[in-house]
Formats: sequence, structure tokens, C-alpha cells
Amino acid sequence: MASRVTIRVGAGAGTSDDRMLPALELAERGDIDYLVFECLAERTVSRENLSRSKDPNLGYSPSLHARLRMVLPTCIKKGIRIVSNMGAANPLGGARAARKEAADLGLGDVPVAVVLGDDASSIVKHRPELTLIENGEPLESILPKMISANAYLGADVVSEALNTGAPIVLSGRVADPSLFLAPMLHEFGWTYGDLPKIAQGTAAGHLLECTASVTGGCFGWPGRKEVPDLARNGYPFADVRADGSIVIGKTPGSGGRLDVMTCTEQLIYEIHDPTAYITPDCVLDITGIALEPEASDRVRVSGARARPATETYKVNVGYADGYIGEGEVSYGGIDAVARAKWAAEIVRERLRLQGFAYDDFRVDLIGMSSLHDQVEIRPEPYEVRLRMAGRTHDRKAAHAIGFEVRAMHMHGPGGAGGACEPRVRDVLAVKSVLLPKNLVNAQVVVEGTL
Amino acid sequence: MSVRVYDLAHARAGDKGNTSNISVICYDAKHWDFLERELTPERVLDAFRHIAKGPVKRHPLRNLKAFNFVIENALGGGVTVSLAQDIHGKSLSNVMLAIELPDPK
Repeated sequence: MASRVTIRVGAGAGTSDDRMLPALELAERGDIDYLVFECLAERTVSRENLSRSKDPNLGYSPSLHARLRMVLPTCIKKGIRIVSNMGAANPLGGARAARKEAADLGLGDVPVAVVLGDDASSIVKHRPELTLIENGEPLESILPKMISANAYLGADVVSEALNTGAPIVLSGRVADPSLFLAPMLHEFGWTYGDLPKIAQGTAAGHLLECTASVTGGCFGWPGRKEVPDLARNGYPFADVRADGSIVIGKTPGSGGRLDVMTCTEQLIYEIHDPTAYITPDCVLDITGIALEPEASDRVRVSGARARPATETYKVNVGYADGYIGEGEVSYGGIDAVARAKWAAEIVRERLRLQGFAYDDFRVDLIGMSSLHDQVEIRPEPYEVRLRMAGRTHDRKAAHAIGFEVRAMHMHGPGGAGGACEPRVRDVLAVKSVLLPKNLVNAQVVVEGTL
Repeated sequence: MSVRVYDLAHARAGDKGNTSNISVICYDAKHWDFLERELTPERVLDAFRHIAKGPVKRHPLRNLKAFNFVIENALGGGVTVSLAQDIHGKSLSNVMLAIELPDPK
């Protein structure tokens, strides 16, 4: 290793529902060496665990098929290596699906390196005394309802997977920035002892992990923060040198905007204490970071610092926690708000009369108070949409909310329109514990022939 | 006379569990000291009181012309259980931008 001077690591997805086409444009025109797809939100692994329990072949990210089908021909042709956590709750199943996609595309036998060991459910099951970070209670309190427990693995094991030479690396739960740091460890031979470099690489990973958030997405504001050609916004990459210097850029010719303002918003995004952003690889301190324009659509990142990683992995524990039911209906014109409020009272009374109870219940007037509350101080709009939602362990009670809201068409105040079908969804709650790293057996296996 | 945070800074909200973090980033570094003096954690908690229980902690980031406000108990129990429409609290940055402060002049 340690043969190259610069690598370019691209971001191909920042969530399981992320847009797809910008990833292909980045692969085609971005001159990248790596394409990283980060596709796991907090509860995604729990959801995929449920899929796997219904069909043992499933449990990886369902978007794997479409994403790989789109980029694999270009990536294989250009030698761009793919790194992704789309393995979700079944990385081996994901690898088999990926190999089948490659074969179906006529690309032959494409080996996939698989990162295993994030599934910590059998470990934590025997440690009911572990403390839940969120509320200080013992893990025992949610163990009977546990669906999944996955450790956020680090860049070290992903880098090991890259060392195999496989064109595709698939994992389950890995910390988002670690997916991007892994190619740097692999290419430059960095180790966790090289703290300034690990810090720089982690900062770069954090800047890339939400794709468009650094290229003008979730940013623009007419007349205040203009973003040119946002409809064709591109995905970002990091140019990383072996000495740890970093420049962030984006697909040439794409729309959107990448500058110090967009990078600053993303750098602080989802960070709490800026001197201690904890990843499995280090404890990052962003308070010395400088972001400077290097050229059009290019920002230099310097000054990241880090302390050594902690002795523990964060483990997300997903568990079933009842149901959320909701319904919506609209009122417009004269006294629209008064009629919507009356409808809400009627629905509440009918739910009460049927004996339904809720752990949490909420009434929104969309157009007035569904985002920031305080209905009492908001001006009345011409039309308003009533939304009612409740959480309960009784599925029938959850369904009754949307049922009774829909019934406002015929059994409520005059002039109700456009009610939606009753909606019920399973609540997959997530809490977390810290698990000593030496209890977790992170490892790499290869599917296919290298 | 007063100014809004919106007049001096841009902002983005993120979520982790039941905690919202909202960055406040000066357009011009010369307003950082004014915001440090006026946009106190107490004033922010006051603006969010109907949404969040708090506490609110403010982390200065002078190197980025910015502050990071960490607002606890702000997201209806967190993204996985919240009954809100905006379960991530992405729109909460706009509550921050609407906070009115005394005129800096």
C-alpha cells in the first residue's frame, strides 16, 4: 500500500431513499476512485431485520438492486470501487444479490468483500445490565421486545475488506464517516495512531455522508441563499492526499453549489459537543477546522484534530414499541379553522367513547401549527388540513384514528374534503448501549473468487 | 428596533434521538460577538419553550463564524416514536432564524 499520493472518494448516497442519478453522474464524470453509498438510517436495520425474519434471503437494503444496476457497468469499467452499508441486516444476502446483478449485467463473476460482526444481538442478550444511553434504564427493560442490536463498526474492518481487492465492499452497520475513511486507511496505510490524518479523514467523511447537503441541498432560500440549477445538483467527493490534506469538490458540470457556507452547515450538522464527535475511529474535534475556498466549487478542509477512539462501540438496539395511527381531512373557506377544531373534538370524543386510549396523542392544523405549534398565535389561513395522530400498543386503536377522521366526510362539521385513508405504522424504536470493543468480532469474508 | 437571527446568520437543524442541534452561522464574522452576547441559551430556550423542554447548551465555533445549539427533549421522543409530521425537526432551524434580538447598532 501507501503507493498513491491522492485519491478521490465520492459520495453516492446519504440515506436509503437518496436520489440515484447524481451517483451515476459522479461515477461517469467525477474521475473518482471510490463510490460510497451510505444507506442506513437509525431504524433501517431493525426494519430490514423484520424483512429477513420473513424471508432469509432479504434483509439488505432494497435499493441495492437499483443502485448497483445503475452504477456497476461504469464502476467496473473504470475500476471505481464501491463501498456501502447496504448489506443492512443481511450483508451476505446483499453480497449474493450484488453478484447476481453483476452477472445479469454481463459483468461476469464479481467478488464482494463482506463485513460481518456488527450484529451484536446475541452478545447484548446476555448483558441485560447494560445501561441505555437515552434514559439510564437497564437494557433489560426493552430486551423482550428487541428486534435487532447492531454495533457501529469503524473504518478498520472496512479497510480490511478493501485489502482483499474485491471491487465491492458491503457491510451492515458501520458509522457513516467510517465508510469514507476506510479507503484512506487502505490506500495510504494510515493507522489509528496517525491522529491528525484520522481526524482529517473523519471530517471529510462527515462532510460527504449526507451527499447533496454539501452541494446546495437542504440549503437554498430564494433571495437569501441562492442555489443555481438545484434541479441538477451534483454529489460531492473528497480529494485526499496521503499527508491528510483534504479538498471537497463536486461532479463537474453539475448544478447546485459547494462553498464555505454549504460546507459549514454540513460540518456542524448532527454534532453535539464540537470538541468530541465520537466515532468508532476517533474522537473528532472540529473547533480548529478552517474551511477555505480553493477554487470554484472546491473547499479546502484543514485543522481537524482528534483524540484516540473510545474503548466501546455504540450499539443501536431496535425494538417493537406499538403503533402510530393517523388521519387527515381538509377544510376551506369561511370558518375553516373553527370547523377543523370542532372536527378534532368530535373525533377525540368518539375514540374515547369506544374505549381507546393512547400513550401519546397529537392534533395538528396543517397550515398553522403542524411544524411549530402555537396555534393560538398563528394567523388563520384560507384553508387548513386537520391531522390527528396517536401512539398505542393496540392496533385497533391506532386504526380507529384514521377511520374516525375519514368519517368526518359524513359525520362531522360541514364541508370536509379530501380525507386520506386511515394510516397505521409499526413503531420501531431505537435506543443505544455502549459495548466494549473486545466483545465484538468484526471480520471480513469474500463471496466469489478473487 | 430589532434584528432577527435571520438577518445575520443562516442555520440548519439536525437530530439525534430526542435532541435537536441547530447551527447558527454568521454571514459576516463581525456579527459573531453580537450573537455571542445576545443569542444566549436562555433566549433560545425561551423561543423553543412550546416545542422543547430543554436544557439548551451553546457551543461556540468562532473558527466557523458559528455556534452550535444543542436542544434536548425537543423531538417528541425522537424520530422513531414521534407523532410529529416533521419527525426529524428539520424545520426547527426556522424557529431559530425568527428569534428577534435588540438592534446591534
